[in-house]
Formats: sequence, structure tokens, C-alpha cells
Amino acid sequence: MTPFVRETAIAAPLPGINTDTDQIIPARFMKRDRSEGYGRYLFHDLRFDAEGGKRPEFVLNRPEFRDARILVAGRNFGCGSSRESAVYALADFGIRAVLAPGFGDIFHANALKNGLLPVALPEDLVEALRERLAAGPAREVTVDLEAQRVTLPDGSRHGFTIDAFWRDCLLQGVDELGMTLGYLPQIEEFERRALRERPWTDMGSE
Amino acid sequence: MPAPRSLFDKVWDSHVIVARDEGPSLIYIDRDMIHEGSFHAFADLRRRGLAVRRPRQVFGTADHYAPTGGRRIADARTPEVGDVIRRFDDNMRWSGVRHFGLDDPRQGIVHVIGPELGITQPGLTIVCSDSHTSTQGALGALAFGVGQSENALVMATQALWQAKPKTLRITVEGRLGAGVTAKDLILAIIAKIGAGGAGGHAIEYAGPVIRAMSIEERLTVCNMSIEAAARCGMVAPDDTTFEYLHGRPFAPAGQQWEQALAYWRTLPGDDGAAFDREVAIDASAIEPMVTWGTSPEDAMPIGGAVPDPATLPDAQRRAAAEQALAYMGLRPGQPLEGLAIDRVFIGSCTNSRIEDLRAAAAVLDGRRAQVPVMIVPGSTAVKRQAEAEGLDRVFRAAGAEWLESGCSMCVAMNGDTVAPGERCASTSNRNFVGRQGPGARTHLMSPAMAAAAAVTGRLTDLRRLATGGRA
Repeated sequence: MTPFVRETAIAAPLPGINTDTDQIIPARFMKRDRSEGYGRYLFHDLRFDAEGGKRPEFVLNRPEFRDARILVAGRNFGCGSSRESAVYALADFGIRAVLAPGFGDIFHANALKNGLLPVALPEDLVEALRERLAAGPAREVTVDLEAQRVTLPDGSRHGFTIDAFWRDCLLQGVDELGMTLGYLPQIEEFERRALRERPWTDMGSE
Repeated sequence: MPAPRSLFDKVWDSHVIVARDEGPSLIYIDRDMIHEGSFHAFADLRRRGLAVRRPRQVFGTADHYAPTGGRRIADARTPEVGDVIRRFDDNMRWSGVRHFGLDDPRQGIVHVIGPELGITQPGLTIVCSDSHTSTQGALGALAFGVGQSENALVMATQALWQAKPKTLRITVEGRLGAGVTAKDLILAIIAKIGAGGAGGHAIEYAGPVIRAMSIEERLTVCNMSIEAAARCGMVAPDDTTFEYLHGRPFAPAGQQWEQALAYWRTLPGDDGAAFDREVAIDASAIEPMVTWGTSPEDAMPIGGAVPDPATLPDAQRRAAAEQALAYMGLRPGQPLEGLAIDRVFIGSCTNSRIEDLRAAAAVLDGRRAQVPVMIVPGSTAVKRQAEAEGLDRVFRAAGAEWLESGCSMCVAMNGDTVAPGERCASTSNRNFVGRQGPGARTHLMSPAMAAAAAVTGRLTDLRRLATGGRA
């Protein structure tokens, strides 16, 4: 996993609330291998019209946000489907962090596995930030995971919380699966006891 | 004396492998259910040279991309869709996971076959790389959706890092009126608490209305927990649960049944168990519901009118409602009843079980659909049962298409789509922008309400139809 320590970049204000993962990547684009890249599908039906032309009004198509690597979104961002492709699309497009008042649970978990930092901030702060970013001209935001702090275009600094476990994983780019394999002795011990107490849960090992 | 514990607490506590005071604990996962989208997870395992650690605890079925027009890969609407199914079959053979492929009589939508085959049981932890895994909590399991990274982790280790969610009890008192179903109840709950309303919480549905429900109705309620952002939905197991499970293919049998039953009876929450939040719902006040917007929280009684965004309490919701009305082609104040529709979809993990099909058939019997209707059973077994009951003849006589099981037009991955600008009365779970196809306009409702819309070609109060029609 790509580590996340700090990122200073243009932040793009995505309008709306409850942006679901069907918006982030429509279901018809999920048949390919990740190795082919998912960035081109990001917000596909918002970015492109039915003929494949760019919709000039969509935030990521506007010249001032072309280099955005941070997204600022409304409440309940990434709700809906569990598709991890939504995170693949954001990450492959180059987005490193999403700032929002809250996230869909599964999206939040998926983001953490892929080096995409979900930053939860108070709603009034996010709304003021979206307005300021839209107005410009200052549009640079710093997200510092080590200090657990964001610095906004007006220079104001705001702390955010993230569980220490996931913070460390992101800072060091820990491979969660590889790390968890280290717990196999505990898993096996638990399993022996649980299957003795609840033998009907064992579907066999053939 | 130990503190009284809720159903959720008991299931959680019995699965903690490594506890941490803060943040995620390592918890044991009893069952992983997988579908065609798992190719990312298998690619990860193969890249690492890992195998599925306990393949018999994993169950695979073809549903998301399953063609509804036939049971061969060649029936897929595009070669690309067929390739996804073929890759799934390959991964199932490679891994040794039990595989209910297209031509298997046990095939079906993962959350329909889990309970139907007795794979889903009280007290189990179950994951699936599908957000509607919350469905399976209806039997008293702790069941939730995961992404493909977590799916790979579970297949490799049978464990998962999870932060313990808070608990929310939703107590449903009163009685559901005639023509008011489990679907109307859950839409009313989401409208009340909001699409983000249960964020970070495990819901337990309780109260006399839930107790009186069949397992199929409870599955419908738990299914849409995720639409209120809940981690999962659960119902305490009771005699209804045990009677439902007894004799199913993967349910315990003989001596183990008795042992399991004794354990399952200890799972309901203790008196005085604490919940982080409580919500009370009066079922008697609920009417048949339909959605008007592009979030499941945009639901209201069929007798209602499209809201005026200007009257909504906060600026964000006002802006969202304006966008939704533009997308849906609706005006503020427009009555929902009588709104002309272009097609009907009856299916999905929310409403595709035999009771749902019977409810739709009761309305369609002796009537003619005015618009195209697709009826997609939730599993091959549901299809066979419906045919044994003669429901297929009722559907066909009404002019509806009677198809093979799968997720179909709920998620539109297999190519079953609503055309741009078309208005669809749908028994599925999401009215998101473009969910059923680019430009599709979805109105969510119960199977009986969708059938009523089919025979009038308009959003219709089913109760009015019942008195005016032959039913």
C-alpha cells in the first residue's frame, strides 16, 4: 500500500450530499482487472456526457481543479454499494484524501486498505471550505496525517481524529493481509476453541 | 453479576480473537459468501501465492452478472459479462470453494440463498463483498458487507479487523395496516432517520411487529439497513427462526441441531441490555410508501406530493432535492399517485422471495400489465417453487416477463437496464442516479405496489385498486 504521510495539493469541492459509490463508479465499469487502471471511470457519468464529451461544468473538468489531489465532499460520502472499485477509481485518478463530514462505512474501510485517507471534519467547516474553494483563488490544502491536522487555504489549521491502528498502517504503508498472517497462531487457537464450543459451525475441511 | 448484553454484544464477544481497548479488534469470521466481483480478491491471493484457508467456510454463487434470459454463459448480454462469469467459475475450481454456478439448482442472489440453504444461522459472523449482506442479520447473525481487500483477507485468514460499532435499537410497536408491508416499514424508517441516520451503528429491530413477521419479511427489513448507513441489521432469533432453519441443507442436523438450538436460545438480548441509541416507530401510522428522489431517504406515503425543496430544513438537503427533482423530472407539489411509469421491475435481494412473488401475483391475477414488467426470482429454488404454485402462469397471463434468477435490473451489471429517462417502479433497494442505467428514474416500493403500478401504468395506491378491482 502507498503510505500516506502528508499531502499538499489543490482541493476540489464536489457538490452534493450522500454521494454514493454508483456515482463514483457506475456498475458497468467494474469488469476489468485493476492493473488496467480505474481512474478513467471516476465519476464517469458526471464527468462525461452520453457521447463521451467532457461536461465542462463538472468540478474535476474545470481548469482550476485539473491538478486536484484532494476532494472535499458532503455528508455520507461513499454510501451505498461495497464496491472497492470506487476507491480504485479515486486512487488511480490521483486523489489522495477525501475531506467530508462523514463516510459510508464500507467505503471508509476500503479507502484505508488502498492508501486513500478519509478525513472526517465538522460539517460547517466542510461547507465553508467548499464555498471558499469554489470562489478561489487560493485552493491549496495540506493534509498532515502525522500531525492529524489539515491546513486550509486561509491558513487556518484544524485537527482531525483517526484511530491509531489505521493511522500507523497508513503512515507506514502496512500491507494489512501480510500483517494479519502474523496472527495465524492466535486465529488457529481461537478456531480450535470456537469449533469445540460450536461444532455445528464447522462446514468440514475436505 | 455480569452486565446485561444485547444480541449484538453476545455475537461480537464470542468472535473476538485479539481485543484492543481502542480501534479495531481482530474478529473471527464464520462464513464468507462470494460472487463474481470476487475476481479482485482472487487476483490478490494468487499474486501472493496464497490459497483459501478454509474453503468449506466460503460459499460462491453467480448473481451480479447472471443472465436472466437463460442459464448458459452464452446467454450473457455481452461477451464481457460472460467473461466475468467464466473467470468466477475458474476461481471457484482453483480455490475449492463450494460453487453454485448458473446451472446449479442452488444458484441465486447471495442473500436469498444464504438463508434458503441454511448457510445463514443465528450467532454466526458472516461477510460478503456486497453491502446488502445486512439482509442475513434477520436470522440473528452478525452479517455485513466488505470490500475486495477484506474479502481476500477473510479468505486467507478467516479473520478481519473491525472497530466495534455502537448499537441502535429500533422498536416497532402497533400493527401494519392492510396493504402495508415490511418494505413500507423499512422505507418509513429510513425516511425518518435519514440515509446517514444509523452511521457507525449496528441496528437491532425489535418489538411486536418484528416478532410477528415471517423470516422473509425480516430479511426485507434488515436488507435496507445499509440504506440508513448502518453497519448491519439484526433480529433476535426466536421460534420463527428455528422453524425456518430446521431441515435446510446446510443447517445443523440430528445431535448438532439440538446443541445449536440450545445455544441459539441464549442469544437474544438480556433484559436491561443497554443501547447507544433507541428509536421508536408506530407501525399503525405507516402507509404504502414510494420514493420520489434519488436517495432511499426520499420516501413518502403514496398519497403524498413531491416536496418543495424550499421547505426543507437545511441548505444541503434543499440543494440535493432540487437536483433530485431535475433528474427525476418532477415538480414540487406534484401528487405521486397517478404518475405515469414506463416499466416495472420485481426482484432483488430486497423483494424476490416467494412471499414477494405471491404478493405481486395476488395483484396481477386476472389483470393486464400496461407497461413492460420484468419478474426476476431471487433464486432458482424460488423460481421452481413459484412455478409449482402456478405463479408463473399468472405473471405470463398478465403480460409480464418471467425470468431466471439474479441481481438483474437492481444493479444493472448484467446488462438488464432501464433506458435513459424511463421511469421504473422497482422493488429494489436503491434509487441512486444511474443505478438502473444511465438516466434511469427509479421509484422504490413494495412488490404489491409495483404490481399495482404495472396494471394501471401509474403509481397507484394498492388499497384503492383492491377495492376497485377483482381482488
